[in-house]
Amino acid sequence: MTTRIQKEASKESLLLNMGPSHPAMHGTIRIMLELDGERILNSEVEVGYLHRGFEKICENRTYFNLLPYTDRMNYVSPLINNLGYVMTVEKMLGIEAPERAQYIRVIMSELSRISDHLTCLAAMAMECGAFTVFLYNVKAREYIWDVIEETTGARMTTSYIRIGGVRADLHPGYKAVLKKAIVETRKVLKDIRGLLDKNIIYLNRTRDIAIVSPETAISYGWTGPCLRSTGVYYDVRKASPYAVYDQLDFEVPLGERGDNFDRYMVRMKEMDQSLRIIEQAMEKMPRPSPSKLMVEALEPAEAIKASRTKRVEKEIKLSPNLEGSERGKYLDILGTDKKYVVPPKEDTYTSIEGIINHFKFFMRGHGIRPPKGEAYFSVEGGNGELGYYIVSDGTDRPYRLHLRAPCFHIVSALEEMIKGHYIADIIPTFGSTNMIGGELDR
Amino acid sequence: MIGNFVTTRFNYILGWARKYSLFHYPFITACCGMEYMSTAASHFDWDRFGTGWTRFSPRQSDMLVVCGTISHKLAPVLRTVYDQMTEPKWVMAFGTCAVSGGIYDNYAVVQGSDRIIPVDVYIPGCPPRPETVLDGLIKLQEKIQKQEQEWRWKKRK
Ligand code: SF4
Repeated sequence: MTTRIQKEASKESLLLNMGPSHPAMHGTIRIMLELDGERILNSEVEVGYLHRGFEKICENRTYFNLLPYTDRMNYVSPLINNLGYVMTVEKMLGIEAPERAQYIRVIMSELSRISDHLTCLAAMAMECGAFTVFLYNVKAREYIWDVIEETTGARMTTSYIRIGGVRADLHPGYKAVLKKAIVETRKVLKDIRGLLDKNIIYLNRTRDIAIVSPETAISYGWTGPCLRSTGVYYDVRKASPYAVYDQLDFEVPLGERGDNFDRYMVRMKEMDQSLRIIEQAMEKMPRPSPSKLMVEALEPAEAIKASRTKRVEKEIKLSPNLEGSERGKYLDILGTDKKYVVPPKEDTYTSIEGIINHFKFFMRGHGIRPPKGEAYFSVEGGNGELGYYIVSDGTDRPYRLHLRAPCFHIVSALEEMIKGHYIADIIPTFGSTNMIGGELDR
Repeated sequence: MIGNFVTTRFNYILGWARKYSLFHYPFITACCGMEYMSTAASHFDWDRFGTGWTRFSPRQSDMLVVCGTISHKLAPVLRTVYDQMTEPKWVMAFGTCAVSGGIYDNYAVVQGSDRIIPVDVYIPGCPPRPETVLDGLIKLQEKIQKQEQEWRWKKRK
């Protein structure tokens, strides 16, 4: 199949193919280059190597069941993806999560944002040859994932943020782990700045390479750190605050030139801000309602046994699933409306009403059914404005679900960004766009 | 008799050498790549098991790590990469998507990378935890140790 560039290329120039599995590029993307020596005259970017049919799948899943698929969109910051989807459905249903859940959501999405930026910079630096930076960044990411794992039970694909709130309360010992993560991340950030900021090799490869003007950036639909690196002040968290971002104090770092180095710098500064947000949210978060002393309570197995003959009146000690998801916690973190919240497992296992509620929730045609209509809601993802557009026809499955992936808009400008530069400049430029296949190709 | 003994010893030693110097080529496509990074970096560090060298060229590597979803568009690329690798070579299917297509049972995704290339070890999980990966790696090493090795001047039966 002849591609566009093959038709357009002049006879004298050299055609070169880069990708989709190229040593110095993460992710699967194909770049076809028209070269004059080392200089790039023209290029064509081909995407779609990770198309997994996300949007079509979603039309065949219930609103509750499609949550795990959203995890795997921008897989470096899955919690933000959850949040975007969940808030869109909440907007359709007209509900709001309890305040404590809102704070947990903010903490979780900021942690995800840090891990997203860390991974992006790790890959970018590694491809420029700075392998140490990669190791340091992944080390910091490990500490952050520890926090996430303590609470959600999974490292990456958590499906933790649920319609109506979050799945479980924060782990009892989360404060110590979180503080450790913050300290370690700060240390790593300092180390990276020491390694890269004045590193002449890094500067030569990033400074004044692939400059994007604010107008171009806006015309391509850029958002997020890449747009801010050109000096445009736009952040969804500030422009239309969701969750409790309006009660937290943070800055939006801006770049000046819009080159690779600015994109790196904006991400570094954003991570500092995210750490600040997390610290504030930890302070401001409402306390959990005091849980009852569970001395009298039954062991789960005993309770299930007792429920076979009569109704269990006593409390049950530990919920049989994730810690912090007992019935008593629901008011703090999830709300109690049976229409959109999975009934607590204690009830499901020990009472008739509970099991009926459970079936009603998961049965085909029942469950979460937003009213007819459409909704768009966007959150600030790791790469920029992450928007979900859902059309509902009143059934338990979305009629249409569209994802506005920030990455797609950024990668579509890649051709213009690398034009006129050398082949070697593609690597840091591509790294700084933070291409995430799952989000790009959906 | 003596010849047989030498051959089996040589076979054993070759297996031992091969299992502890697995140069690998990460074929990273999707989410599992993040866990691959974790496994390869300092916290879990599969260099401890002799898999330290990430060769980004299929011609220099012994183990292909298929990491992530293989869509139909990517399938020919995977096959090409596999064919470019020199013998002896092993393949690790990393994550449910590479094992069986995972949660993506639809028009766009190949239902398991073993439809395209032979796979030696399957690591389930979406994504697998680094510990699981290390376990899978050790299993592969056992397999390499036990299998019959090939070398150039080996006598064919
Ligand atoms: S197995 Fe899961 S985590 Fe791995 S690539 Fe597939 S969807 Fe992503």
